[in-house]
Amino acid sequence: MKRLIYYSASLFVILGMITSSIGCTATRLKVATTTSLYDTGLWSHLEPMFEEKYKVELDVIHAGTGIALEYGKRGDVDVITVHDKAAEEKFITDGYGVQRVPFAYNYFLIVGPPSDPADIKGLSSEEAFKKLMATSDGIFVSRGDNSGTHTKEKAVWENAGFDYETVRKAGAWYIEGGKGMGPTLQMANEKKAYTLTDMGTFATYKSKLQLVPTVAKGSTLLNVYSAIAVNPAKVPGVNMDTANNLISFLASPEIQKFIGNYGIQEYGIQLFIPSAGVKSTQ
Amino acid sequence: MNEIWQGLLEAIKLIVSLDPEILEISGRSLWIALSSCLLASVICLPIGGLIHFQRFAGKRTLISLIQTFYSIPTVVIGLFVFVLLSRTGPLGGFNLLFTPTAMIIGQMLLVIPIVLGLTISALSGIDKVIPDTARSLGAGSFQTAVVVLKEARFAVTAAMIMAFSRAISEVGLALIVGGNIKGFTRVITTTISLETAKGDLELALALGIILMFIALVINLVLNQLQTR
Repeated sequence: MKRLIYYSASLFVILGMITSSIGCTATRLKVATTTSLYDTGLWSHLEPMFEEKYKVELDVIHAGTGIALEYGKRGDVDVITVHDKAAEEKFITDGYGVQRVPFAYNYFLIVGPPSDPADIKGLSSEEAFKKLMATSDGIFVSRGDNSGTHTKEKAVWENAGFDYETVRKAGAWYIEGGKGMGPTLQMANEKKAYTLTDMGTFATYKSKLQLVPTVAKGSTLLNVYSAIAVNPAKVPGVNMDTANNLISFLASPEIQKFIGNYGIQEYGIQLFIPSAGVKSTQ
Repeated sequence: MNEIWQGLLEAIKLIVSLDPEILEISGRSLWIALSSCLLASVICLPIGGLIHFQRFAGKRTLISLIQTFYSIPTVVIGLFVFVLLSRTGPLGGFNLLFTPTAMIIGQMLLVIPIVLGLTISALSGIDKVIPDTARSLGAGSFQTAVVVLKEARFAVTAAMIMAFSRAISEVGLALIVGGNIKGFTRVITTTISLETAKGDLELALALGIILMFIALVINLVLNQLQTR
């Protein structure tokens, strides 16, 4: 028994050494990214490119915009890439972020079953939501997770003249899935329901789904992705230099071109339109 | 149902081809779960012995409390460790969040009640004659404890198997404190959850089968120790 104790104690010390050595070998930059960017697979291409160029370990943590901003506020990540303009601006006004750098955009769309039970095809997003509310003929799956997509959905409801809290209680046709974009699409597919999705994720999942694009009109549907470095003055311990490297990397002509071409070969459509340096009201 | 068959085939393919990414993820799962269980055992065996051998007021209540923590949800432990290790948290200075170390700490906290509670049960199952005999032969209290623990090794190993099973199969904690970072904190369960989200059900199922395979190997090894 004594031997066993000595044995486990020494093993424990060795394990401790391995753990700490792995934890400290290289500089690590942590970026929290919205699920809709991650699910398209874009980050798994960008990550090795960035690591190669700057000799840094990049840790990509995928989370909805809401929790990504929270990670930033707590200093648990150095950079966030998200898509919720209002929340991003608040993040910066509150002092947590340095600057908002939009680097790509695309559009949201409402997808639904080909039979289009609520007959909303071709309407604008606001008209479509009004009709869903009036008829209850279609099921709608909401992200329900405070993500950028969820915030966008709330904005469309409000533009259509509804208070979001009444929408939540509107009936069994309104479902809060509480999942990432990919799983929400799968859930809508299973339930033959409508959902609001970004173009990129939909294109990536399209081959596994029966859902078709139903509504793509409406000025509210613009989807802008920005990168924000966490402000070291407000949140101590942030890896500022490397964070700025990542943002310049995303905005560099080479990577902007890569983002613009990403997915065209595989999915047949452009998933992201590069926008670094473009002056935009969004 | 076809997916299950495909998943099985995929699992065999991945195991036979020694896919480097799968090996890495499986190795990490195994290493994190084993480390956390080992740490928990180092902490809990002496404490369990102490609780069993000492008489004090509230002992039953303490044991009930420990047993209640068997059913603590992994996400709750995850959240607790997250708040603790987050940069603004009390242990934020160590910069441990989203590292394998954070996952080991979390899983260790998760299995401590199991190892502790089952160690106490194991010791209670030992015939009272044994410690009495040891004492009558001149053993001190430490030596007596060692004798009893040795006698209870069968049940103590069972406690470790239980703890290992809980550690390697949990996903909530690993996601919250590990962050599922590719090549760093991604383990089998978080990969399953990601691949399911991505709709790659065959790969997700295959990984599930691989996890069961690892559990089988570990159980066989621990069983060997048990019968020794």
